[in-house]
Amino acid sequence: MKLPSARAFSSEVDTGSRKENASKQGARAPFRFNRNGKGSSRIALLLFCSLVLLYLILPVLVIVPMSFSSARFLTFPPPSLSLRWYQEYLGNAAWMQATRVTLTVALLTVLIATPLGIASAYAISQSKLRIMRMIHLTLMLPLVVPIIITAVGIFFVYARIGLIATLSGLVLANVMLALPYVVTSVIAGLQSFDATQEMVARSLGMGRLRSFFVVTLPQIKASVVTGSIFAFISAMDETVVGLFISGGQYQPLTKRMFTALRDEIDPTIAAISTLMTAASFLLVLIASTRQKKNA
Amino acid sequence: MTNPTQDISLRHQRREQGLMLALASPALLVILTLVVLPVGWLGWQSIYHDGFTLENYRRIWSEDIYWRSFLLTFEISLLVTLLALLLGYPIAYAATIVSKGWRVFILALVILPFWTSVLVRAYAWLALLQRTGVLNQFLEYIGVIDEPLALVHNSFGTVVATVHILLPFMVLPLYGTMQKIPNELMQAGASLGGSPSHIFWRVFLPLSLPGVLAGATLVFVLCLGFYITPELLGDGRTVMVSMLVSRNVELYDQWGAASAVGMVLLIAVFAIFLVVSRFIALDRVLGQK
Repeated sequence: MKLPSARAFSSEVDTGSRKENASKQGARAPFRFNRNGKGSSRIALLLFCSLVLLYLILPVLVIVPMSFSSARFLTFPPPSLSLRWYQEYLGNAAWMQATRVTLTVALLTVLIATPLGIASAYAISQSKLRIMRMIHLTLMLPLVVPIIITAVGIFFVYARIGLIATLSGLVLANVMLALPYVVTSVIAGLQSFDATQEMVARSLGMGRLRSFFVVTLPQIKASVVTGSIFAFISAMDETVVGLFISGGQYQPLTKRMFTALRDEIDPTIAAISTLMTAASFLLVLIASTRQKKNA
Repeated sequence: MTNPTQDISLRHQRREQGLMLALASPALLVILTLVVLPVGWLGWQSIYHDGFTLENYRRIWSEDIYWRSFLLTFEISLLVTLLALLLGYPIAYAATIVSKGWRVFILALVILPFWTSVLVRAYAWLALLQRTGVLNQFLEYIGVIDEPLALVHNSFGTVVATVHILLPFMVLPLYGTMQKIPNELMQAGASLGGSPSHIFWRVFLPLSLPGVLAGATLVFVLCLGFYITPELLGDGRTVMVSMLVSRNVELYDQWGAASAVGMVLLIAVFAIFLVVSRFIALDRVLGQK
């Protein structure tokens, strides 16, 4: 191992004919390349990363100028700024109805998924029962089963029991999809919480439920908030299941957007996308500052 | 004679267990009725139609359109996974070697798109890549091309957008693993005379492999079932498995066929997770999302 690198190193001081030989050695022994090229390889790495990060963020940002363009069709450079597409969105009854549906569904999803998630996360992290591991895995299923299969399956079940195109059907499906986020987040929060504190409260005569609300919940608050924010975003962005099971007046925003995208590119969607992205960013920001406060 | 204190503690333990099960049961019930029951129903439907039949599975095996679609889906998923690894590994690596401020910046740029609607991102790519899209207009504007390039409504567009959407699923587990590799190991390697790249290949890379496996599994499996990007950015003729399922339901009303295709996809996904779980803990893969 040592021999080739030593030779490569020594050949650095050589000239002419041996240089070729040295570069061949260099390919085998990375030692030489790095001594000369440490700075440049670092620059190459960072340059490459900048390009990849640009690829990651550019599509998210590009919709913003598009939404403020006055042109009907996408043109580069945009002719002039206007709020036309925002007006189109806010003035359109169908878009507004879809927005109301999305917000209602997302809010109800959070209100239902959060307590269910907290209860099961508490049970999973406190109980030593064997079956809890199975329950934990089962609760993660929505992340594992390909969404198209879940969507078609729910569509089939809903068709039998008359939940197609209803608000409750939509909320229920979104609760199911959001549960893994709440459960994961709260379990993480409970892991850093010392369970004996709650036992102390109980041994001092506090009821079980009360000790949970007074002692435990305040300390895992950050993870609960994070979990419910992700549940909200998940419900707001959910598309595939909604495509199959929603209809009539209870169509979420994403379904109308999907249908509109299949037909033609309407810049109104750029305005809606910008608003949705801004909402997500804001919520993620709140969640991450919350987490920091907790840490 | 039983010990009375033992008896009490046993009863207490039972009550405790009952309470825990009761707490977990509402969430469990939701998952059972909305995931396990529907998927089970699909499974039943795929083999039962006025009596048991394997006709639906035979069709997947014998009809071109079905197995070609599976083949195509696996090919695209493999390509997307490789590309995501190629782009994601340097990002995760860079995040571990830069200063704290830059690390936060890099991770923010990875996480923010992650929490942006898939639909919004598919739309953004459509707007960027289509014939009259931003990129083509820009290239024409600066005179690089005369004719708009066909960048979308083909597999190119699908792959570009899918890699974009799945890249965070690669970067986050990779970063999680790399961050835990103790720096002392690299220092030890250097003190023993190893060059930086030698240390990277012999020490850092092998230790980061669990992260590679976790990220690659996640990306591959998610890509297998991807629906929105191939539907919006694909050419409509090359049909991925998820589209096969939805078309059999929406257009042809072929429930048996759709169920069978879905079951094969699901079995493939579970098989992959099962194999991977022999090497790394599954919650490590799933905990990332």
